Amino acid sequence: MGFEILSYGFMQRALVSGIAIALMCSVVGLFLVLRRHSLFGDALAHSAFGGIAAGLFLGIYPIWTAFVVCILSALGLTKIRQRFQISGDAMVAILLSSGLAMGVILISLAGGFTVNLFSFLFGSILLVSLENTILILGLAGSILIVILLLYRQLVYTTFNEEQAKVSSIQVEKLSYLLVVIAGITVVSSMQLVGILLTSSLIVIPNVTAMLFSRGFKQTSILSMIFAVFSAVAGILTSYSFNVAPGGMIVLISIILFGGSLGIKSFRQKKRVLVLNKEATKLS
Amino acid sequence: MIVEIENLTINYDGILALDNVSLSVEEKDFLGIIGPNGAGKTTLFSCMLGLLNNYNGEIKFFGANIRKSKQYLHQIGFVPQKPVFEKNFPATVAEVVGMGLTKNQKDNTIDKVLQKVWLHELSHRRIGDLSGGQQQRVFIAKALVNDPQILILDEPVTGIDLQSKDLFYQILRDLNQKDNITVIWSSHDLDAVAKLASKVACLNRTLFFHGISEEFFHNENLLKMYSESSMQMHMHNHED
Ligand SMILES: Nc1ncnc2c1ncn2[C@@H]1O[C@H](COP(=O)(O)OP(=O)(O)O)[C@@H](O)[C@H]1O
Ligand SMILES: [Mg+2]
Repeated sequence: MGFEILSYGFMQRALVSGIAIALMCSVVGLFLVLRRHSLFGDALAHSAFGGIAAGLFLGIYPIWTAFVVCILSALGLTKIRQRFQISGDAMVAILLSSGLAMGVILISLAGGFTVNLFSFLFGSILLVSLENTILILGLAGSILIVILLLYRQLVYTTFNEEQAKVSSIQVEKLSYLLVVIAGITVVSSMQLVGILLTSSLIVIPNVTAMLFSRGFKQTSILSMIFAVFSAVAGILTSYSFNVAPGGMIVLISIILFGGSLGIKSFRQKKRVLVLNKEATKLS
Repeated sequence: MIVEIENLTINYDGILALDNVSLSVEEKDFLGIIGPNGAGKTTLFSCMLGLLNNYNGEIKFFGANIRKSKQYLHQIGFVPQKPVFEKNFPATVAEVVGMGLTKNQKDNTIDKVLQKVWLHELSHRRIGDLSGGQQQRVFIAKALVNDPQILILDEPVTGIDLQSKDLFYQILRDLNQKDNITVIWSSHDLDAVAKLASKVACLNRTLFFHGISEEFFHNENLLKMYSESSMQMHMHNHED
C-alpha cells in the first residue's frame, strides 16, 4: 500500500468526512458521557433507523427523514423526562425499541431489506458523495462553533445543573440544544460507522481520554485525537484489508481503550512498588 | 437592607416547609441561620436564589422583587449543601472555579480567589482528587469569582474534619471583615454560629428568633426553646 490511495477522490472524501464526524462525535460525546447519557446516542441511532426506513418507504431521501425523526425523538424524550420524571435509562430503552419497531414494520411493508438499507446499518464511508461530504463538513463546522460559543455554560451545566441555574444559565434550553446537536451528530455519523456502531464513536474516545487527563479541556483535546486517529486508521486499513470500515474504526478505538487501560494499570502498579520501596527504606 | 423577606410561605405537595417567615439582612451582616434537619433552611435558600418559585410572600434583594428580575444573582455567590458532581468528572480546580465566571475577567481572577482560600498550589489538580474540606474551599472560591456582595452557604461544613472546619471559619470571617462581604450561612452547629455570626435567625418551619447573636446565646429561654423544638423535630422525623 502506498500514498497513491490518497489521490483517489473517494478516499479523500472518506477521510475528510471521517475526520469531521470523529471530531463532532468526540466533542458532543463528552457532554453525553458526563451526563450519564452514554446510551442516548444508541437510542437516537435506532430512532434514526426508523427514520431511514420511513424515507425508503415513502421514497424520500432517507438522510432527511432520519434527521427529522431523530431530532423530534430527541426533543420528545427530553420533554417527557422533564415532565414525568421517568428515569433516563428506561426512556432510552423505550426510544430504542420504538425506533427499531417502526423501522422493521416499514421495511417489511416496503418489501424487505435492500442494499441501500444495509449501507445505513453498517456505514458506507467509502461511497460518500461530494454533496454528502460538504453537508457533513457544514454540519460538523456549525456544531463545533455552537459548542465553542456555549462552552462554559455547557460544561457548567454538565458539572452541576442547580449551581449553573443560580449563575443565570438557561439550563433547560441548553439541554434541548444538546440533544438536537446529538441527533444531528448521530445521523451524520451513520454514514461513517452505521447505525449499529454510532454510539461507540460517541463514547469510547471520551472514556479513553478520561483515563489520562485531569482537566476538561485536556480531556476534549485527547478525545478528539483518539477519535480522529481511529477514523483515519480505520478507513485506511479497512481499504487495504477489504473489510467494513465502520467495524474497523470502532475496533481501533477499542484497541486504543484497551491499551490505555493497560498503561494505566502498569503505572498504578509502578507507583505502588515505589511507595513500598520507600516504606521499607523508612522502616 | 440588602435582603428583605416578607411573609414567605411554601409547601411541598401540601406539606408546609416554611410558614410566614419574615427576615431581613443588612449590609456586612454575618447571619447564621440555625435550625434542625428539616427546618426549611435549604428551602429558604432555594426561594432566595430563584430555584423555587411557587412560594407566597415577597423576596427582595437590593430593594427589587426577585420575581421581576434575576439581575441580583450576579451579586450573589452560592455554596450549596452538597456540591454533587460525578466523582471522575475531568475538571481541574482552576476549571471548576472558572465555571462561575460570568464576565470576561482578567486571567489572574482565578488565581486570586484560589489564594483567598489557600488553594493556589492545587489549581491544576483534578477536583475529585481533593479532600472534602479542600473541595468545599474550591466551591467558596468559585462563589467568589464574580466579586459578589453577598455569600450564601448552605451547611457548608457537614462531614468535614475539625481542622478543615477551623480554616473554613477563618476564611469566612476574613471575607466578612476584610472584604466586607455579607455572609448568610445556615448551620446546625450552634458553637460555630455563636463564635462567628453577628446575627442569628432561628428557624424551624417558622422563624422564632431573629436578632443579634449575643441576645440569642445569652437568653436561656430561647436556647431551651431551640433545643426542645429540635428534639420534637427529631422525634417527628423518626415517626415517618
Ligand atoms: N423536594 C422536596 N419534596 C418534598 N418535600 C421536601 C423537598 N425538599 C424538602 N422537603 C421537606 O421540606 C422540609 C424542609 O426541608 P429542607 O429545606 O431541606 O430543610 P433543612 O435544609 O433545614 O434540613 C422537610 O420536611 C423536607 O422533608
Ligand atoms: Mg438543608
